[in-house]
Order: sequence, then C-alpha cells, then structure tokens
Amino acid sequence: MSTDTIYALSSGRPPAAVSIIRVSGARAHDAGRILAGSLPEARHAALRTLRSEDGGVLDDALILRFDGPASSTGEDSVEFQCHGGRAVVDAVLGALKRIDGLRLAQPGEFTRRAFENGRIDLTEAEGLADLIEAETESQRKTALAMAEGGLKHQVERWQQQILQLSARVEAAIDYAEEDDVGFDQELVADCQSLAHELETWLERPRIEPLRDGVRVVVAGPPNAGKSSLINAIAGEERAIVTDVPGTTRDHIEVPFSLEGVPVLLTDTAGLRESEELVERIGVARARSLVEGADVVVWLGEPKDAPDHPRVIKVHPRADLLGRETAPDGVQPVSSVTGQGLAVLLERMLHLAASVLPGEDAIALNRRQAGHMAEAFDALFAASASQDFVLAAENIRSARTAFDRLTGRAGMDDVLDALFGRFCLGK
Amino acid sequence: MFDVLVIGAGHAGCEAASAAARRGARVGLVTFRAEDIGQMSCNPSIGGVGKGHLVRELDVFDGLMARAADRSAIHRRMLNRSKGPAVQGPRFQADRKLYRSAMTTLVRESGVELVVAEALELVTKGGKVVGLRTDAGLLECRSLVIATGTFLDARIFVGDEIREGGRRGEQSSIRLGKQVRELGLAQGRLKTGTPPRLDGRTIDWSRLERQPSDDDEWTMSALDDGVRVPQLACAIARTNETTHDIIRSAFDRSPLFAGAIEGRGPRYCPSIEDKVRRFADRSSHQIFLEPEGLDDRLVYPNGVSTSLPADVQRDFLRSVEGLERVELVRSGYAVEYEFVDPRRLGSSLESREIGGLFLAGQINGTTGYEEAAAQGLVAGLNAASHALGLEAVGFDRRGSYIGVMIDDLTLQGVSEPYRMMTARAEYRLALRADNATSRLGERAISAACIGERRRRQIVDHLERRACSTWNSTEEGQADLLYAPYLERQRREWDTVRRDVRVTIPSDLDFAAIAGISNEMAERLDAARPETLDQASRIRGVTPAALSALYVAACRRAA
Repeated sequence: MSTDTIYALSSGRPPAAVSIIRVSGARAHDAGRILAGSLPEARHAALRTLRSEDGGVLDDALILRFDGPASSTGEDSVEFQCHGGRAVVDAVLGALKRIDGLRLAQPGEFTRRAFENGRIDLTEAEGLADLIEAETESQRKTALAMAEGGLKHQVERWQQQILQLSARVEAAIDYAEEDDVGFDQELVADCQSLAHELETWLERPRIEPLRDGVRVVVAGPPNAGKSSLINAIAGEERAIVTDVPGTTRDHIEVPFSLEGVPVLLTDTAGLRESEELVERIGVARARSLVEGADVVVWLGEPKDAPDHPRVIKVHPRADLLGRETAPDGVQPVSSVTGQGLAVLLERMLHLAASVLPGEDAIALNRRQAGHMAEAFDALFAASASQDFVLAAENIRSARTAFDRLTGRAGMDDVLDALFGRFCLGK
Repeated sequence: MFDVLVIGAGHAGCEAASAAARRGARVGLVTFRAEDIGQMSCNPSIGGVGKGHLVRELDVFDGLMARAADRSAIHRRMLNRSKGPAVQGPRFQADRKLYRSAMTTLVRESGVELVVAEALELVTKGGKVVGLRTDAGLLECRSLVIATGTFLDARIFVGDEIREGGRRGEQSSIRLGKQVRELGLAQGRLKTGTPPRLDGRTIDWSRLERQPSDDDEWTMSALDDGVRVPQLACAIARTNETTHDIIRSAFDRSPLFAGAIEGRGPRYCPSIEDKVRRFADRSSHQIFLEPEGLDDRLVYPNGVSTSLPADVQRDFLRSVEGLERVELVRSGYAVEYEFVDPRRLGSSLESREIGGLFLAGQINGTTGYEEAAAQGLVAGLNAASHALGLEAVGFDRRGSYIGVMIDDLTLQGVSEPYRMMTARAEYRLALRADNATSRLGERAISAACIGERRRRQIVDHLERRACSTWNSTEEGQADLLYAPYLERQRREWDTVRRDVRVTIPSDLDFAAIAGISNEMAERLDAARPETLDQASRIRGVTPAALSALYVAACRRAA
C-alpha cells in the first residue's frame, strides 16, 4: 500500500543509555546492509559496526532484522539499538536520510502501516493512542476535557453561521430568475465579522504550552553564561559548562515545573557569526528556537535583544567586579551567588502564565488552529470578493475547513488525525 | 428480439432510447400514444441555472434535448449574466408543439422503433430481465429501461376532486406500478404541481412588465441546425395582498393542507398556497407569464402552481393587476405519484437486484425535464452496454453535473423531488455550461454514441483549445478567471481520489464489521457505496464507522 521506506527514532529523546531506530518498508533491508554491512537472519539480533557512506564509524549497534509480513508493521524492517547520545542518533538518522527511497516517518506512521497491513485493528490503534495520551493527561487535568466540549459547541455555532452565509450566496446564484439583486453588501460585512471573530480566537493561547511545557529559551552571545544560568535554575549540572566560548553547539532542553506551570527551559548555542560549520548550524538553530519561543531570556546587550513579544533582559554575572550595576529595566542575576534568581523566576512565571490558556478557557491545538486559519483566510477572501461565485467558493472552502476540523472529511484526513496523535515512530 | 426496450416516451425515455440506438442497439420505445413523444407536461421551458448545464452536457453525447430546444425556442435568456461564467444558465421557452415535433423527428432519425402499447408486466428469468408483456403481446429484450415518470400509480388533485392518472386525460400504469412495488423497488410518494393555463387573449399585456428575449444569438446545442423561430416576449405579473387573502381563505379546501396529499413536494418550487402560508410576511410574489407557443393562446403562469379548487384559482388570479379579466383554459392541479428509491440503483442506473433493468427520470424522484433527460442518457448508454457487452459509461462528480446528479441520487436517495442546482456541485467552477465540450468531448467519442458531425465538432473544439489564441476566446477567458481556484480544487480532489481507490466489495456485509453500529450498517446498506469516497459522503455516516469500513475494505482487498 505504501511505497516509501520510512525511518525514525522510536525510543525517547536522547541522551539515553540506548536509542532505538526503526526502518520499515521495501528498502529497509538494503538500508540495514548499507549501514551495517550485513544483516543477521530474520528475527535474530547481531552486533554490527555502523558506518557512514564514506566509511566513517558511526556506532557499534545491536541490529535486528524482521521480514514482512511477520513484523510489527507487516513490512520488511530493521531495528538499530544504538548508544543513546544525541550525536550518535543524529549521525545514524543522517546516514539513513541520505539513502535513496528513505524518508523520515510521519507521526504515527509505523502504527498506521501496522494498521493498514492488518497487523493491528483500529480499536487497538485507538487504544494505543489513548494510552500514549494518558501520560500527559494529568498535566491537562479535567478542565481541558470540558474545554473540548466547549470548543465543539463553539465550532457548531460557527458552522451554522457559515452555512447561513453559504445559503444566502447560493440562493442568489440558483434563483437567478427571482427578483434579481446586486451583490449582497451585507454578506461582505457578515463574512468580515466572522473572519474577525476567528482571528481573535487564533490569537488566544494555545494548548501546546500547557501540554508540552512553556518554551522558555535562554539566548545570548557565546559565553554569556546561558548554561550556568540554566544550571542554577534547574539546580543540577544539566548543561555542559566550560569557559570555552561556543561549547553549547546544539540546544539542550530542561523540563521543569515552575509553581505548577510546566516549563521547557532551552539552552542555545551562543549567537555570533562563526567560521566553524557545526557551530554555525547551532547558531542558526538557536535563532529559529528564539523565533518559536514562548518566552525569551536574553543575556546579551539590551540593544541586541531579539524582537519578541515576551523577552526578559538579564544582566548576568552580577557578582563579578565591575558588573554590579545593571542598566535600567534589565534584571541583574548571578548564577554563582543566586542573586536576582527569585525575581527572574517570578517574571518568567508571569510571562509563562500569559501564554497558557486560562483554567476554564477553550484552547485550540495546532491542528485545530490550522484548520481555523484556513477558514479565516477563506472568509477574508470572500469578504474581499466582488464576484458572487468566487465569494461562494471561498465560503464553501471555509465550510470544508471546519469539516476537516470536526473530522467530517476525507478518510485519509481522519486517519491522519488519528495517527498523528502518536509520538513520532511509536 | 430487442436489445433495449424503453417504457415511456417522455424526456428520459426519448434520450434513453436514442442513446442506446446511437451505440448500435436495436431499440423499441413503448408508449401509450405516439403523440406523446417529447410532451412537456408542465412548464414549456428548458434549461436554467444548473439545468442548462445538464442540457449542454447531454448535448455533447449527441442527446436530443438541446437540438429540439433550438428548433422550437420562442424566448431565450442567459441567466446570471452578471455573476460569472461558471453559473450562467442558458434557458429557453419552447413552442410546445414545435418541440414535440422536433423531438419526434429526432427520435425517428435515431432509428428507434416505436411500439404503441401499454406496458403491463416485466418478465424476468434468473434475476435478469428477458422481456416485457404488453397489451400487444410479449416483447423480448436484453435490457429494459423504465422511464414512466409520474405514471406509476399517480393521483391527480384539484381541490377535493381526486382522479387516477399521470398527466390529465391519460392512464396511469397501475399494473406496472404494482409489479415494481412487488419487486421491492418503490419507496414512497412525492408530490408535484402545475399551475392553471391561461388564455393569453384575456391578459392585459400592456399593464405588465415585459421580459424580452435576449438580443444576442446563442444556441443550446453546439451543433447549430440553423433553425430560427420568431421570438416572443414574456411578462411579469405580481400577486398582492388581496390575492393572498383569497388564497388564505381557501386553505381549508386545499388537498395539501387537508391531508389528502401525503407525498412531499419540492421546497424550492412550492405551490402558491405554500408560499402564502410559509412566507406570510411577503406582500407579493412574482408570476412569470410564458406563452406556450407561436400559434397557441395558452399562457403558462410560472410561479402559481396550485391544487386549490378551480373557482379559487380563477378568483385569485383575477385579483392580479393585468389579469382582471383572465380566463382559465385548464385548472392547475397537484399530482401525487410513487417513486423508486434510487439508492437501489447502481451508478449506471441499473437495478442492483435485477440485471438489465434500468430506471430513469422522474420515477427516481427527480423533477424537471433536464434531470429526466440526463438520466435517460445514462440509462440508455448503459442499457446498450448491458445488451451488447460494451464498456459501461460512468460519470463522476468532478467532471459533470450528470455525475453530480447520479451520485446524489444513488448515494443519498431523495426525500423531496430532486432538482439540479449549481450549489450541489462542489466543483462548480470547473463545470460550466460553456465548457461542456471541453470537459466531456473525449468521453463522448470513446463511448461511441455520437454521429460524425458531432465527432468533428468535438475534435475541432479540442484542437482550438490547444491553439495560442484560446485565451482570447470567451471560454478561454473563463478558464483563466477560475484557474487559481481550480488548482486548489485539484489538490482537494487528489485527497478525495485516494478514497476513491478504496473500493468496497458489493457483497460486503456491513453489519458483520466490528465497529459499525446497526444504524450505520443500515445507512450503508441502503446506499451500497462502491468506494470509500462515496461512503464518506453518505449523510450521517460517522468518521468512526468510516474507519472501520476502511479497515474491512482494505482487509478484503489484501
């Protein structure tokens, strides 16, 4: 049914003792041979040295081979059990990516293939999804279950409104012979006001920060003390701290709870122009992390602070001689003495809370917001159109966006929504 | 031995018979009376928004309706001129007699043999149609198309007067209706109505708003036979509060409200008494006065279909400005008739239960000549396929209004008379009345159901499309206007097509699928979707049921 061969890290996020990488599909065995030289017999494990295409050693890994249909996906598959360092995992995934006909799996795609190949039935698949979701359920609490019911009613109301808009414009088209009217200006206004309502909803806090943690990104030039600050906050040596500038080449995430608010504290590579390739990649990633952050903690010069709606400017190393005074509006902090940490955390909490949905508010997730954004775009286009038929087409488009939101859409979309609930590669 | 027999020489029957004949079948067309060929039993107009699209599509397959309309048109209007090419609807007023004679000529030219007889009974053997018993004897056939319109067990209502029969003065096929019911095909009763006919000489035209025919010359058919008929003007009259009072005071004499009529009428084409009752706040309704022919004094008052008693009909019409002295030549009436659940038919309009039995037209719950004719085409083409072992000819929603209609009927069934509207077509921007040849030309050629003249016209048209000057043509301009939207629709369609590829075996037992409730199984069983895409469009079928169906279908395929 599927032609691509897919791969993904199917164990938790590294670092870990062991990381499991799975490959499934027609080219899975070829991929295994390319990396490991040879494969063990089906359903047997063997130790192999994994090499990249230029012969460089990637890792010594335990490798398992399964032949379809007697595999969990029903397809030929290979499993690598590597050492669980980030560099190792990235290197192996990178080597797989460069093999022709292989691509990274979509979320839930392994399960989906198992389902499509009759290895599990839908109730099992749904059960699995529920099980996986249940882990985060405690974080969301029962308020969210209520909120979802609230969203359903809200969406039904919007659907009714859009249906009315559709009916009005369709009547004008299909009842051409009745008293012919010009373009319904009220329709334009009504499309506009509904579009505006959707827009305000789209600006509301989303559910992801509550579910996955508020993303607080610590950024600044190299050696500004970002890692030290994270260690001071998290209370343990999570980040690697040296006094060589540019040590943190990739980012490190520290999940912790700030007075019950889940926070994902992220350390980034120092933002500077660098000649070195690896560091340059780190810097580029840091920039994109800052862009996607809910809150930014900036340790550099106040004037260089990134343009972000929620940024806390910090004056680090306030314990050092000559750094005792912080500029106006910048929070002095010392990771060594702990000075200013409490105030920083309080401000962080305040900003973090502002991106979380209120206790009883209805929060959208990314998928829902995506469909609502489509509906918004369509209604906006409808309100800007002076052509009956194109306005009707846009309103219809808004209607189908809501259909996708509620699941009344193409079968594949429904299944995508279902299997998208799985973490990548599970 | 006939390859194909068609019962009924109305709009569906004529198209079915001639389409089958064009594919090379030996066809017999069975009718009570030879004079009934192409009879317009209601409004003498053809086309409109959505309906005009159907006629243009039918024309690409060398259907008869568009050419008969061109030969008899006494008034033409392109509706929705200001609203963009996708929804422009060509509409004709036909001279009733000229239309009938044009249709008779076209049917005869197609090589169809006329059988004047009453159809009495289908003869089946081993689950297949083998013949038709008539009052003139047994006729053997391989395929049979029933296109009897409202003639299955129909009842006519004028006030409290009730009569058996389809059109006024004609017999109703009671015996055939009984048999169709016994075969388990009939579903329920629908209602339709027709207004009274007025004597045009008693109308004060000078006091009414004139509605002239379009100035520019356009034809319904892509093949212009060159026949031009003098053009007449229509007129618009308006009801007033006095009219409404007269109608209201007679509600108790209406069979509609008294409960004598159980069938459901079309919401979008209500009787005047319905309009007055449901839209009580409207102080006036339009009446389009449409002459029925060049040498015909009859005028059709479009918009006042009614089954009120004859005296009330006369009184309320006479309260309308310009109609003060109007004489009614015939009263309006309501017809209640039996129809077949079209979900019992496949997408070729063949019965799922009886091989070679096709149903087309109003009997399937539709209203309108155009809807009937388009179904006639589908049934005729495929009846020929069945009889001669030719490839089936299918229509899909994306490519034609015909496809939209067939899909709606066979999947959703009907709860009120089905009328085509552009709102039903989700790919409306691509399905224009002006691009029917571009959309369907190749299909028509491959279906081998067209004459040489048509084939040349299609080939020429497709060649012109390939030229650099295409973008400056009217059709090319419309293509450009909608191009960005069509691209988006194409992407949407790609999503749908993945589901189209998942076919559902015709013997799949929905009730036995884990995860499908009894209610869902019933809905699915009634519609018998052929693909997952169709299943997803059945009203009320839940995503959960679809998932389970998807698994079951994939497992069967594996």
